[in-house]
Amino acid sequence: MVNGIDSAKTKSFYEEGTTKKSSGLASWLFSTDHKRIGLMYLVTISVFFCVGAIFGILMRLELMSPGETIMKAETYNSFFTLHGVIMIFLFIIPGIPAVFGNFFLPLQIGAKDVAFPRINLLSYWIYIIGASLVLLSLLIPGGAIDTGWTFYIPYSVRSGSNISLAIFAAFVLGFSSILTGLNFITTVHRMRAPGMTWFRMPLFVWATYATAWIQIIATPVIAITILLVILERFFGVGIFDPALGGDPILFQHMFWIYSHPAVYIMILPAMGVVSEIIPTFARRTIFGYKAIAMSSLAIAFVGYLVWAHHMFTSGMSDTARWIFSLLTFIVALPSGVKVFNWVATMYKGSIDPKPPFLWVMSFIVLFSIGGLTGLVVGSLATDIHLHDTYFVVAHFHYVMFGGTGTIFFAALYYWFPKMFGKMYNIKVASLGVLFFFISFNLLYFPKFILGYMGMPRRYYDYLPQFADLQLISTIGSWLMGLTLILIITNIVSAIIKGKKSEENPWGGVTLEWHTSSPPPLENFEVIPEVKHEPYDFSQLEEMKHGS
Amino acid sequence: MAHNEHTAATEQHVHRDDVGARMGMWLFLFTEILLFGGMFLVYAVYRYQYPDQFLLAGMELNTTIGAINTIILITSSLTVALSIAALQKDNKFLSILMLVITIFFAFLFMVNKYFEWTAKIDHGIYPGSEQMLEKQNGEILFFGLYYIMTGLHGLHIIIGIVILSVILMFIVKDKITSTNLVKLENSGLYWHLVDLIWIFLFPLFYLIQ
Repeated sequence: MVNGIDSAKTKSFYEEGTTKKSSGLASWLFSTDHKRIGLMYLVTISVFFCVGAIFGILMRLELMSPGETIMKAETYNSFFTLHGVIMIFLFIIPGIPAVFGNFFLPLQIGAKDVAFPRINLLSYWIYIIGASLVLLSLLIPGGAIDTGWTFYIPYSVRSGSNISLAIFAAFVLGFSSILTGLNFITTVHRMRAPGMTWFRMPLFVWATYATAWIQIIATPVIAITILLVILERFFGVGIFDPALGGDPILFQHMFWIYSHPAVYIMILPAMGVVSEIIPTFARRTIFGYKAIAMSSLAIAFVGYLVWAHHMFTSGMSDTARWIFSLLTFIVALPSGVKVFNWVATMYKGSIDPKPPFLWVMSFIVLFSIGGLTGLVVGSLATDIHLHDTYFVVAHFHYVMFGGTGTIFFAALYYWFPKMFGKMYNIKVASLGVLFFFISFNLLYFPKFILGYMGMPRRYYDYLPQFADLQLISTIGSWLMGLTLILIITNIVSAIIKGKKSEENPWGGVTLEWHTSSPPPLENFEVIPEVKHEPYDFSQLEEMKHGS
Repeated sequence: MAHNEHTAATEQHVHRDDVGARMGMWLFLFTEILLFGGMFLVYAVYRYQYPDQFLLAGMELNTTIGAINTIILITSSLTVALSIAALQKDNKFLSILMLVITIFFAFLFMVNKYFEWTAKIDHGIYPGSEQMLEKQNGEILFFGLYYIMTGLHGLHIIIGIVILSVILMFIVKDKITSTNLVKLENSGLYWHLVDLIWIFLFPLFYLIQ
């Protein structure tokens, strides 16, 4: 696999674009280059992450002490709704696939671009339109949405706030997600380099591929559900309104038929990134390659059949609850397969604890806590006690933020030299992981205890006995805020004035490391021919000779 | 796909990948089926819950107009397929003619739909009307679903008219030719899907009486 990397001669994709001019705003906004689109997503999604985090920190500030602290109850309702909507629809769901999937999926399979570059750009634009509609719903008269991100009927039909616009935004964002999904599936099927057989694909590709299927299969269901809510609000059709014979529980079913698989849209790509980072920093081929690849598909499949575990207290039949609880336990199996294989990969490896690897370590701990507490709320008896309490809030923050959020940073720190050709401050980055881990647990672990004690989620006020733990959690939120500033500044300052990075600073062997950093417009000087398993580190010597 | 290792990436100078384009279209159609699938699910739930009232409400619909529209759509599916076949055989004129007929049928369908809906609305049958609120719950739901599902389908017809018109222009300007007709084929696939969905809507609303 000698590609003749000669970065002195090769123009990077920053210097050469798909538009007439290779620099300036238009060269980005109209670029069909998957790498530029990935970076545009990175910037936009990071901005929304910060906005969502600010809402979160303000909510925690309000909950610092019982009673009114800084805002009225109505404002608080809007804040937790916006925090949820922004974090879920604008950050976590598009997050890793749109940023790193876009940038690295074609690189990792040795393609010049995705299958439909123009549709790729279109889906970014649709994302921007959707995001603007969310923001617009805050500004126009009527008031910010206050239903919680789940938009449960009947309140979402009766509330006077700008629900219609906000959920229409979610509908639009769904289109973006579908287009990205079908683009990635076709890319994986059609664009693989010669020799890149299915079982030579890097595991991030497998994970993104499985995710793309969920995006396609699940998203249309939320689209139609959202349309029904909008029609319900404007015309009073009656589909979900009990007064006209409709059934509000049906809404919950349809909502979760999408929104539970969406959880796997959020986490699967993260698991893929973990499967990339561990072999690179343990200098060992991945343990159980096929098991990990297939477990991604298994999660995608079984994850589609567990939605009603969000509704154990809404009055389903016992048989249904029993079946959904069982299926929920089954979905833990492929997740377990992954975790054990990751740990087995590290066994007897030559571990190099650089920041991306530290992020992954932090992920394994946080995600395991989140995953195991998922089983607690997945069992019928305990769920009755814990349903709609802080325990659930803690659980999904460990899985979503501790899982996907952590890996978003891991991916950023792992692929940063490849994306920008520069290097960040390693020491500060490592400290960032440590601070993140501490403040994360300070922020969210008390919520497990609070939930167990009976603190309901989404409440504005609470009983005095919850005050101490609430205060600890709020202090954790300040530390988290500072840590995020540290993590993000490190990246931003590296982009502006970072030192030039080596071509392959971590010694990765998947295809993206076989080209220059940052890559040229069409990714590879010569389309590579793949002769190795994806994590075969014996290639490293060969690669050095090649350059 | 596993047997086909000779993928588009290997053909460096060909930027076109017809198989890929068709695959993308099929995946998109799959999402469309799931979109309507959600509606069919809702229909199934309420039909099961209110079987008698659905039967009663179904009597109000005009089977004749429904049947005419079904014939129109099936025929238009044939003409769009003929248009593809004609272009494959390099018969540009016939291809254009067939496409024009398809678009004409699509308009005809919408005209019928317009008369059907206005007749209903004149009789006071629409969501939220006084007459509607006097009806039983099952009937309200039936008409709610009727308007939503045939409305969503009608929207797809309108989108289809736009797509087919654009394709027609491409054929006229020779941007789509016998060697490069994947866009026409994909639009045909879309049109067949719109037809297919109607094939299910028609019996569910008009025939079960």
